[in-house]
Amino acid sequence: MSRAGTPQSTNTFLGMPARPPRVPYGEGNLRGEQAFPRAAAGELRNEQLRRNLGRATGTIRGKRIAVTAELPDWEELRDAGAAIKTDALARLPELLEELERRVTERGGTVHWARDGAEANEIVTRLVRATGSDEVIKVKSMATQEIGLNEHLEQAGITPWETDLAELIVQLGHDRPSHILVPAIHRNRDEIREIFLREIPGVDPGLDAVPEHLAAAARAYLREKFMTTRVAVSGANFGIAETGTLGVVESEGNGRMCLTLPETLITVMGIEKVLPRHQDLEVFLQLLPRSSTGERMNPYTSLWTGVTEGDGPQDFHLVLLDNGRTAALADSVGRQALNCIRCSACLNVCPVYERVGGHAYGSTYPGPIGAVLTPQLAGMHAAADDPNSSLPYASTLCGACYDACPVKIDIPSLLVELRHQKTEETGRSAERLAMRAAAAVMGRPRLWTAAQRTARLGRAVAGRDGTIGRLPRPLSGWSDTRDTPAPPAQTFRDWFASAEGAAALREAAREGERRSADGPAHGDDQQEDQ
Amino acid sequence: MRIGLFATCLGDTLFPDAVRATALLLARLGHEVVFPPEQTCCGQMHVNTGYQREPVPLVRNFAETFRDASLDAVVMPSGSCAGSVRHQHGIVAERYGDAALRSAVAEVGAKTYELSELLVDVLGVTDVGAYFPHRVTYHPTCHSLRMLRVGDKPLRLLRAVEGIDLVELEQADSCCGFGGTFALKNAGTSAAMLEDKMRHVRATGADVCTAGDSSCLMHIGGGLSRIKAGTRTLHLAQILAATRTAPHALTEAAR
Ligand code: SF4
Repeated sequence: MSRAGTPQSTNTFLGMPARPPRVPYGEGNLRGEQAFPRAAAGELRNEQLRRNLGRATGTIRGKRIAVTAELPDWEELRDAGAAIKTDALARLPELLEELERRVTERGGTVHWARDGAEANEIVTRLVRATGSDEVIKVKSMATQEIGLNEHLEQAGITPWETDLAELIVQLGHDRPSHILVPAIHRNRDEIREIFLREIPGVDPGLDAVPEHLAAAARAYLREKFMTTRVAVSGANFGIAETGTLGVVESEGNGRMCLTLPETLITVMGIEKVLPRHQDLEVFLQLLPRSSTGERMNPYTSLWTGVTEGDGPQDFHLVLLDNGRTAALADSVGRQALNCIRCSACLNVCPVYERVGGHAYGSTYPGPIGAVLTPQLAGMHAAADDPNSSLPYASTLCGACYDACPVKIDIPSLLVELRHQKTEETGRSAERLAMRAAAAVMGRPRLWTAAQRTARLGRAVAGRDGTIGRLPRPLSGWSDTRDTPAPPAQTFRDWFASAEGAAALREAAREGERRSADGPAHGDDQQEDQ
Repeated sequence: MRIGLFATCLGDTLFPDAVRATALLLARLGHEVVFPPEQTCCGQMHVNTGYQREPVPLVRNFAETFRDASLDAVVMPSGSCAGSVRHQHGIVAERYGDAALRSAVAEVGAKTYELSELLVDVLGVTDVGAYFPHRVTYHPTCHSLRMLRVGDKPLRLLRAVEGIDLVELEQADSCCGFGGTFALKNAGTSAAMLEDKMRHVRATGADVCTAGDSSCLMHIGGGLSRIKAGTRTLHLAQILAATRTAPHALTEAAR
């Protein structure tokens, strides 16, 4: 594995690339069709979507703040979470080998997949070997990321999503728009329509009462659980020490998939490994409180290899790289691999709140998606890759950093990725403009001259002293905002003027007069004396 | 104290009232305000847009201008510029600078403050003797809030202003949608965020919306002006500098 700082291309040996490969272009679900601003424009026009999202994220935000505030050691837990993940990633090869050993010892089989294509082939081969032409699925980001469902369908195998929200998305022939609540962009009425249209034999009188909708889904799913012999899951954690895999969920549907079938295939991103069983203590507190605002998630399923006479008798673990070692090789960006997919950063992100998950074009939307997606799948900036627009899909307001349970400094990662993008792009009109601005601002005399020119803007201002429409690329700004005309005098000119000097002297005198009279009302400094 | 004043490029050119207010306020509090004329811009726009090589001369110019050992502190009426100096200059110097630049940046960064930090933490005042008889609402800008952690310092300063009717802003800590070049690159999303911010500002019934950063105020104020909302934006420094004897001088001069 190459490390950051390794000079590119020069020190390859044994045919190993100097940089680990990223996700190949055109594979899986880590790249949208349009750049973010364009994709967002479509979503912004959807008033219903904005209302659904605003309401849903607002509710989860409030719950999260309430339940994290009640833990006196919340900050220490966050530090512990970050430290455990950082340590695990620092010795990833060692931990993964330990995990493989333990899983094998307990009767499981471990497969290594360099990318999504390999993982998809492995899973398809394993399902075929069972003779089944359908699988039930536990909600999983990793299989979503590699487009496993699409791949299985092409191979004639039908995947049934069993997570309620994931099912809504699947039946709606839609894409998930949130890590945790994939159907967050849908409201009850829309869900009712999807069920009426897609579930065979559903009661035509079905209404939009949540309990009734859930009952309709349950009846439909129950049959799948009882009849399907193969399940595919993801994993929230893989414990190296014991070879234990873990899934946390709130509906229990996942547990049905993990226990009822004969064969269980788990696809796990390699960054999900944790050193010790004891580490779960930290993450089982951090995750539910950050994601759904619950003190504890309702179902935590842990399984270790195969147990005779209990649960699946055939267990496979597919360890997925798919760009993760490439991210790990980035000394700044690797932090993003600490992510435990809690979605807290999505729920506090003002950009996500307005545009929803689809605008990001990736399985991973929101702030973490904006840094993780380009790292896993690259930005290929020269080819106008939509992923190169993702690091700019943020105002750098920092709300994500404050919410993240493992303290990933997402704003700094965004700035770093922007830098990487511009370095990759080379010459561009924007770079020339930036360079020109820096050339002027780097020289005080030129800058002062430029300020004088800027005052010409006064000529185009209206009578109220503001400038209305501006030409491109500033028109995006001036469509909805007025701009004040530059005043007749800059600050520096005022400061250097006799008038400025007199005003400052007068202010100082006034200050002296006041302190001689004593303050009009309480002053910290005075109170101290 | 001898305090170096950094006007910021935006403040110097477009919002001199806010910088003038900062200078007058500090003078009134008995401090010597020094304005090194070599100053230009902190380079925040470059770094935030993805350019770390280009702003090296700006970072160098800033560090050389304000390193002056006779300055006890450096202040700027902008949370985001203070954040840039304290956090981003180090990143740029680390990557593209020499050892001299790295140490100069660290030295200057350690004595750089945003206005409310300087007043409360360094100068130890919350009541600056201001008089401002208007209904005011305060928008905490993201960088002051999350990069500098100014907390409630600006509010404590405002609460001590005589005559003020300070009203709470709903969802105050959600971003106004400016984000520098974000407002250009993602104009639609930025406008959607601004829309919500303006709705909350208007719901307070305030005459004035204030903040510690002229850039966010330019965004919010530009939007309010476009819809002719009647609410004005004023920099926090302008409120703190207003007194009974000079209530208007700060907002009307030089327009
Ligand atoms: S980046 Fe942090 S807040 Fe966002 S999903 Fe990952 S762990 Fe949660």
